[in-house]
Amino acid sequence: MIIAATLAIFAAMALALLRAVLGPSLYDRILAVNMFGTKTVLLIALLGFLMGRPEFLDIAIVYALINFISVIGVLRYSGSNAFQHEDKTQDSDSRGDKWIP
Amino acid sequence: MAVAIAIVRTRDLFAVTMLLSIYGLLSASFFVTLDAVDVAFTEAAVGAGISGLLMLVAISMTGRKEAKPKRKPFIALLVVSLTAGLLFYGISDTPDFALADAPIHNHVAPRYIQDSMAEIGIPNIVTSVLASYRAFDTFGEVVVIFTAGMGVIALLSASSENTQSKKAAENTLDQQHLVIRVVTKILFPFILLFALYVQFHGDFGPGGGFQAGVIFAAAVILYTMLFGLSKATKVFSQSLVQFVAAAGVLLYASVGIATLLLGGRFFDYNALAQTPVAGQHIGILVIELGVGCTVAAVMMIIFFSFHELAEQERQANKDKNRESL
Amino acid sequence: MDTLINYVSGFCLCVGALICVSGAVGVNRFNDFYTRMHAASVTDTLGAVLILIGLMLISEQLIVIAKLMIILLLGLIVGPTTSHVLAKSALKNGLKPILSDKRSDDISKN
Repeated sequence: MIIAATLAIFAAMALALLRAVLGPSLYDRILAVNMFGTKTVLLIALLGFLMGRPEFLDIAIVYALINFISVIGVLRYSGSNAFQHEDKTQDSDSRGDKWIP
Repeated sequence: MAVAIAIVRTRDLFAVTMLLSIYGLLSASFFVTLDAVDVAFTEAAVGAGISGLLMLVAISMTGRKEAKPKRKPFIALLVVSLTAGLLFYGISDTPDFALADAPIHNHVAPRYIQDSMAEIGIPNIVTSVLASYRAFDTFGEVVVIFTAGMGVIALLSASSENTQSKKAAENTLDQQHLVIRVVTKILFPFILLFALYVQFHGDFGPGGGFQAGVIFAAAVILYTMLFGLSKATKVFSQSLVQFVAAAGVLLYASVGIATLLLGGRFFDYNALAQTPVAGQHIGILVIELGVGCTVAAVMMIIFFSFHELAEQERQANKDKNRESL
Repeated sequence: MDTLINYVSGFCLCVGALICVSGAVGVNRFNDFYTRMHAASVTDTLGAVLILIGLMLISEQLIVIAKLMIILLLGLIVGPTTSHVLAKSALKNGLKPILSDKRSDDISKN
């Protein structure tokens, strides 16, 4: 049963990679990579059970955290104006200075 | 292999950083399938996470496109192919991969595997080799990391004059980023606690100083990205971080000096306590602490320096845009 | 009792894996970013919860159950937050959702 679940997660990861390659906009690709990351966490947990090594769960925790921090980092530094400080001046809205979450 | 080729040929540096993270993740999964848990741990933390983040910050300052080379480097290609060919010819004579009677597996590895539990007494052989049998190599690694941090400080030390004006801008934005800030504040102590767990659990499972330092630095990087550098430096001020980085290396070296003074050789932990096994435990504990301190502090130094420069550049760009209206 | 736990765990693993695969198929087949985001985040979280519960039921040591619980809580906290941040930044940067009538301009001005 665990083997069947592992194969299914592999298939889900391959499909997520397909969207990462295809996706027309930047955000599609970030979404697909994030999904790939969470599937990786599940895959490591399942593989740990398959190979009889409970130490893999530490790697799963670390990778879940790293995935989260990487997505926030990408949004902040990709130049897409995410996480930047909005200017409270009068003429910032009309010039295409985008809102930055 | 496909990812490596894509990394070399792509010109968009942002995509290159993503591909490098994916390459790190694939390497970590190779190590997982080869049953090397410690290495997979470190590769997942460092290669897939921190390296990508630091490179993203650097790219945000230098721009996204790599310039086309002026002329095709044929001579370089020739030299590289020749060297690769000679290397392949040289290694074609070595024994097959993972044969049990290959010379490299019969030199010191059997002694480590058989005697590690009796001499040192911790279950994780990787930590015992890294911290006790090869402590001098690990000392070299820690010094290299420390030197990298010092290099970054020497090249990129930013001025701290205009921090006052930034504080006013950063404080008005709490409402806009509310969800992510609350979640970060909730998660932050648990990530630090997990870093401490990994640090001191390295004797029994995968872990140790390097991984713990990277996780600690990742938590601080997350906080800094969302709350701004001025709030982060209230706790982790520049002088404190530099002091901790130096203190880690000093701690490691002082264990060696202490063993010298107590009558043993350099890094011979048997001299540290009444029984050799207890001495080994104390020695490994203290040097792992030193390694963790230095790695965390150096990662924070590098990220803070990059971040400050990126913020200054962004501020300069915004002022320039406002001027041009 | 043992076989009952094994069956329940196997059921959870199967359903969880199926949900994950259906989420991945949905991400590929939808034609708008926001619906893809919906498919990805909902199925990711639910599938992860079910798979981890399935693994928890068949593990023997308490430390393994505790670590799986930590991964589950982490996934529950981190997953929806990431999708919120992605969707908000996409909306505020002008990626317009595909709507049935011509109201997309009003939404991205909020």
